[in-house]
Amino acid sequence: MPDLAGTRDYYGKTLVDLGAENPDIVVLDADLSGSTRTSKFAAAYPDRFFNAGIAEQNCIGMAAGLANVGKVVFASSFAMFITGRAWEQIRNSVAYAALNVKIAATHAGITVGEDGASHQALEDITIMRAIPEMSVLVPADAIEAGQMIRLAAETPGPFYIRMSRGNTPLVFNDSDYKFEYGKSQVLMDGSDVSIIASGIMVYIALEAAKELKNENINATVVNLSSIKPIDSKTIIDVAKKTGAIVTAEEHTVYGGVGSAVAEVICQNCPVPIEMLGIQGVFGESGKPDELLEKHHLNVNGIKDKVKKVLKRK
Amino acid sequence: MITKTELHEVMHKACLIRRHILEMTLAAKSGHPGGSLSMTDIISTLYFYWMDIDSTNPTWAERDYFVLAKGHASPALYAAMAEKGFFPTKYLRSLRQIGTGLQGHPDKRRLPGIEMSTGSLGQGLSVMVGMCLGLNLEKKKNRVYGVLGDGECQEGQVWEAVMSAAHYNCSNLTIFIDKNKLQIDGTTDEIMGIDPLDKKFESYGWNVQTIDGHNILEIVTALEQADKETSKPSVIIANTVKGKGISFMEHQLCFHGSPCTEEELVIAEDEIKLALGELTCPI
Repeated sequence: MPDLAGTRDYYGKTLVDLGAENPDIVVLDADLSGSTRTSKFAAAYPDRFFNAGIAEQNCIGMAAGLANVGKVVFASSFAMFITGRAWEQIRNSVAYAALNVKIAATHAGITVGEDGASHQALEDITIMRAIPEMSVLVPADAIEAGQMIRLAAETPGPFYIRMSRGNTPLVFNDSDYKFEYGKSQVLMDGSDVSIIASGIMVYIALEAAKELKNENINATVVNLSSIKPIDSKTIIDVAKKTGAIVTAEEHTVYGGVGSAVAEVICQNCPVPIEMLGIQGVFGESGKPDELLEKHHLNVNGIKDKVKKVLKRK
Repeated sequence: MITKTELHEVMHKACLIRRHILEMTLAAKSGHPGGSLSMTDIISTLYFYWMDIDSTNPTWAERDYFVLAKGHASPALYAAMAEKGFFPTKYLRSLRQIGTGLQGHPDKRRLPGIEMSTGSLGQGLSVMVGMCLGLNLEKKKNRVYGVLGDGECQEGQVWEAVMSAAHYNCSNLTIFIDKNKLQIDGTTDEIMGIDPLDKKFESYGWNVQTIDGHNILEIVTALEQADKETSKPSVIIANTVKGKGISFMEHQLCFHGSPCTEEELVIAEDEIKLALGELTCPI
């Protein structure tokens, strides 16, 4: 079994570190600070933590105001509510003014599990990457999440960082991994097909690639964690090398990671693409693993897509 | 206490701002003169008597901040800024033209001196609260001022922000509600009643004053009272007249989002000249 860790735990821990280093860091939450782990920062730096209560629109507006007088602001809640309820505030109060607000959302995707569809953000990448000035990052594991939080704090402008509820397998080793803004990493090299994955699907893609090797299918695996800005060069390189792409995301395929990859590919080097993700439906209650299984967001789901795309080469 | 000379200056500038509003919206063939004219006396008092601002140094660290939550009244703000010296008055003619800093609704990235980009109603007050929190963290004395529309108070986010300003004791915040009682589709009473605004704000824990929003002395007195408040945010509910100062525009819904004609401008300018003439007489 791989080591597991929570992206939200590393977020909370990194915030506390940043708070010690930079007195301009302030954090807001909307009554979910225990779940998002901003409660750690609140305990360490109570003066610099503001709870907006159950009011995401005002939370984002206050974040914009704090940034407008020079603060580096993190604003957190569940991905569903902070991006959905407050979308227009994010667009008009944060991004239009290009303010230094980092929207760090947890509980994204179907692995929210038991809470069901009302709490499972499956459209957040789509609606966040549509906003000008907004950077969109999705960590593959907790190590990368921590590094992204640090990078966002040090990089001016609005960011959206999408994290999970559950503990997920570690893909990276803290000592030898360095997240680079706007860059994707090739985690495994193969010449038959490219699997471009994001978030929790990266580890699953690596597992699928190992199994495919036993069937004499050599897959390249790319971690697309910087969704915007996107690393077009790496995507075009692997497309040219392998001639077929499978995208994998815990998110709707409408406008998500698959779409972002397709936008690059269709304009530069058209190759067949198969998109694994939520196929435009709502989620439901269930255990995270059961829900992933139901939507084929697993090793077999990726292998099936790989075989399908290879037939189209 | 404001001196007679200072009072005359504020009233004089208000006349000039009114003329700019009419001219610039006519030149642009679009814009919102009605709601700009209703807040003209408020913006003139803030820019020419009350606020600490420096047009030669728009990002001066000790300045007061002004946020126009009702961003569609940008002609009033731009005219005040031009008269204050942020940019030449002739630039006002570029309102709403492609490439201008004078966007239809304020854009802080295109015009130095604009503290916050606004336009989508309901969002400005939350930003003001955030600015107050940030200034409090720095223990700075700067105050945050803002103007909201009365129709804008129909937005739910306004009340989230009202709640939070009181919760966080933002006594460095003073807002005006430009209560001109008209919105695009009709009167606020007809479309979606907002009264009693004073009792609503009081129940949320604010320092509330209600004034005649065209009486400079009342505006100044209310600002002085708000300045002394040490624990609550302050709201000044300013009863105003949409289209104030131009006889045929007053209380008229049709001038919410449409400029007057060339012919009407001639009449309006005569009225403004008359008002300017009266200012030379002692009060």
